[in-house]
Amino acid sequence: MATQHNYPSRRFITSVLAAAVMGASAQAIAQEDDPIKVGILHSLSGTMAISESTLKDTVEMLIEQQNEAGGLLGRQLEAVVVDPASNWPLFAERARELLAQHEVDVVFGNWTSVSRKAVLPVFEELNGLLFYPVQYEGEESSENVFYTGAAPNQQAIPAVEYLINEVGIERFALVGTDYVYPRTTNRILEAFLKDEHGVADEDIMVNYTPFGHSDWQNIVSEIRRFGEEGKPTAVVSTINGDANVPFYRELANQGIDAADIPVIAFSVGEQELSGIDTAPLVGHLAAWNYFMSVDADENYDFIDAWIEHTGDEEAVTNDPMEAHYIGFNMWAEAVRKAGTTEVDAVKDAIIGVTVPNLSGGYAAMMPNHHITKPVLIGEVQDNGQFDIVWQTPSTVAGDAWSDFLPGSRDLIADWRKPMECGNFNVVNGSCGGSTAAEEAEAALAE
Amino acid sequence: MRRFLSLGFVCCLLLSLSLTAQAQTNVTPPDDKSAYALLEALDVDSYRDKGEAITAVLQSDDERARDWLQALLDGRLQRSDDGRFIVVLDNSGRNWPVADALTGEPLGEMSRRELDRIGINNALRNQLRSAIAVVDLYSPNVERRRTSANRLLGEVDGELLAPINELILEEDDGQVRNRLSQAVAIYRTEQGEMEGVEALTGSLHPRARVALSRAAHGDDPVVADAARNALASVEQNLKINRGVETLYFGLSLGSVLVLAAIGLAITFGVMGVINMAHGELMMLGAYTTWMMQQLLPGQPGLALVLSIPAGFLVAALVGVAIERSVIQFLKGRPLETLLATFGISLILQQLVRTGISPLNRTVITPEWMSGSLVINDALSLTINRMVVLAFALVVFAGLMLIMRRTRLGLEVRAVTQNRAMARSMGIRATRVDIMTFALGSGVAGLAGVALSQLTNVGPNLGQNYIIDSFMVVVFGGVGNLWGTLVAGLSLGVINQVLEPWAGAVLAKIIVLVFIILFIQKRPRGLFPQKGRAAEG
Repeated sequence: MATQHNYPSRRFITSVLAAAVMGASAQAIAQEDDPIKVGILHSLSGTMAISESTLKDTVEMLIEQQNEAGGLLGRQLEAVVVDPASNWPLFAERARELLAQHEVDVVFGNWTSVSRKAVLPVFEELNGLLFYPVQYEGEESSENVFYTGAAPNQQAIPAVEYLINEVGIERFALVGTDYVYPRTTNRILEAFLKDEHGVADEDIMVNYTPFGHSDWQNIVSEIRRFGEEGKPTAVVSTINGDANVPFYRELANQGIDAADIPVIAFSVGEQELSGIDTAPLVGHLAAWNYFMSVDADENYDFIDAWIEHTGDEEAVTNDPMEAHYIGFNMWAEAVRKAGTTEVDAVKDAIIGVTVPNLSGGYAAMMPNHHITKPVLIGEVQDNGQFDIVWQTPSTVAGDAWSDFLPGSRDLIADWRKPMECGNFNVVNGSCGGSTAAEEAEAALAE
Repeated sequence: MRRFLSLGFVCCLLLSLSLTAQAQTNVTPPDDKSAYALLEALDVDSYRDKGEAITAVLQSDDERARDWLQALLDGRLQRSDDGRFIVVLDNSGRNWPVADALTGEPLGEMSRRELDRIGINNALRNQLRSAIAVVDLYSPNVERRRTSANRLLGEVDGELLAPINELILEEDDGQVRNRLSQAVAIYRTEQGEMEGVEALTGSLHPRARVALSRAAHGDDPVVADAARNALASVEQNLKINRGVETLYFGLSLGSVLVLAAIGLAITFGVMGVINMAHGELMMLGAYTTWMMQQLLPGQPGLALVLSIPAGFLVAALVGVAIERSVIQFLKGRPLETLLATFGISLILQQLVRTGISPLNRTVITPEWMSGSLVINDALSLTINRMVVLAFALVVFAGLMLIMRRTRLGLEVRAVTQNRAMARSMGIRATRVDIMTFALGSGVAGLAGVALSQLTNVGPNLGQNYIIDSFMVVVFGGVGNLWGTLVAGLSLGVINQVLEPWAGAVLAKIIVLVFIILFIQKRPRGLFPQKGRAAEG
């Protein structure tokens, strides 16, 4: 009886194995011929097109360069471009399309935090790879996402320390657009200023404005009065996108000079300045991890390639472009190391990968899926470029969970075996799951 | 505090300057080796050393010193690969025309790669400005002396006191003398001297108020009392100034709303067409301004003036095209018109995005429109806003004239009140439709020209204003131009009064809720149309 039962099942197993072997070899053959698919998930229309469309071009340029250099693992790379049209739910749909339908091996994409939050479940469900190139508020670490932009400790905190230590600022106006990134960043900064530097409540002014705000008269005059009370004052700006242009214009028109009240911005780069007459802004500051004016040969090569790619002599490069440059090279290196584009293998191989950045140094992928970056402070020049006036002596590793927020302080992320956790609580020694993230969010909402 | 320190460097220079001013003629020009050494000292990494090098340049008595410092301040003092010091004459393109810093001889063009800029930071910028201000106090040019006297307010220290007092005696320009005396009084007040407090009584200048409030917490009870009284005496005055300022902000925001809405008041209010592409017509007006500035490089003011008719024409022509191709077939079907014109608005946006660029375009503000008009020390009004406010009123007056005093206006009113009757009187209703739509669209173009001076010129420009425009027209009363003017201005003022108190986001919400409630009570807006026209 037993043998009779076993016989067909053994045959079944063999046939399944044979099919599997055949399938695998067929796949192997297909792999050698098929190009590696690289998904690009950036808005080409709608409000975010202004920032995101250049990132699409950047990834296309990097793919071209890689193909000219012989591709990857002997295969050519092919870009798959979709347009999520600045529409957050559409980001999730397009991400699903890229992963399920086009079966891309990796995705470079997103700009706003809200769009990243929208695609996160899709990437986790379908086990995709996303490289996210923009500075963000932290408080997140996903197994499937690599954050090549700055976390708050790689931008906001060093910037404020620069203001206090090098410029001697004592009063801070935290001005931002009303959404998750500025609100989280400002909460972290407020806690940091009060706890670490003993700044009094009355020396901190917080103001939020809607997206695309264009009438800054009242707010700028409020800032002017705030700064006229005798103590050196600075504005820490998390104003996003278009709203910056009328803001700086109003500052200039009301006669606020960078020497009186400097503005340090976290979302204003070369691209944003290209839409504005910068003469009245000279001396205002920005904190990034890359500026187009960085004096390094890698940077000049990158700029030349970019100008050739766009065919525009005036084309500018910026920080998120460098983040894609680093992310793309890290991914390529990890694929080479793993010998395959298979997601799990690449995910393991990429941790610890080190590639050159554009400022003459190196960036390494940390176990928390963030990278090491130098922090640069630049002053706006009248040609729309930044002059680097200060930089951290060495690179800073991105911290997924801020040390200055209750609830988030005890969390770390480490995606290496055996921990493999994005929000490990070091106090109770367990992988926090959703509760820790919720605690952090609850602390934010207070 | 930094400024005081940096001024310390300058004081010793002041003395040497006043000496050289008399002995200028018999100073032998320093040979270029020492001049080269002076500039070489500037090319160091440490900003502290650079600050000392700047002081050295000032004290060198070299007649090129002011030019070098100005070039350094503007970021145009650079060093070429072969070690020569270069002044960049124009740093706008990729290759820059340059001249030798020592000889002044032009050296053709150089690229960024060949040049290293001598960087400065804000602290050095302050030091340079103060240094140049002190040099300029001795300038024969009155304007320069005024600027530098203004800069010295609150920056005088013990060492500068004596030379400035001397200058006050010699100065013949009243404004400069007045400013310098105030600067001295601020210093005296900070030292806790009664004399200074008396001189500052009634001053609205923020620096003076800071000095007084410091003195009010000082040790001498008499002086502290006087300082408190001096502060209290300007309190009322300050409040009035702030009120005026808020009113001005409100009117200026209102004028933008009026400009955006007034074209819509014609197409929507008078013709009854819901044109969702109205915002995009404004965007086209703004892009026309950009285009004109590209065609006339170096003359942004002229280009701006010329774009007023050009923007009107472009928007009017596109408006006519929309009317002929789509709207005329949807007459009397408002919902379909709404959807169709919304589609057109998306098409126009994407056309600009793919045809020109998804990025914002730079529209330069001409010199005569930037800065602000200083009324007194506590109140200055921004000039660009003032120009836009005046422009809005002129456009409004022009439209009123057309509607009230011309045949076109009469025909428009006739057709909108009773189309059949007007046609039977021999009015060509189709032609009037085209003209009216062209007029409304053209005014949207004008609004775009004005907005290019206030906000971003990009594909999304129109979207940001379309909702506000409809809000103003509905609030003011459909079909009434006066209603649009009053509604726009009052919404602007309400918004700006609420903003400091409620924040920008909440202020917007409150205004919207207010309008919803108002429309519930008076569905036809502020100025409802009366008579038979209202029935239609």
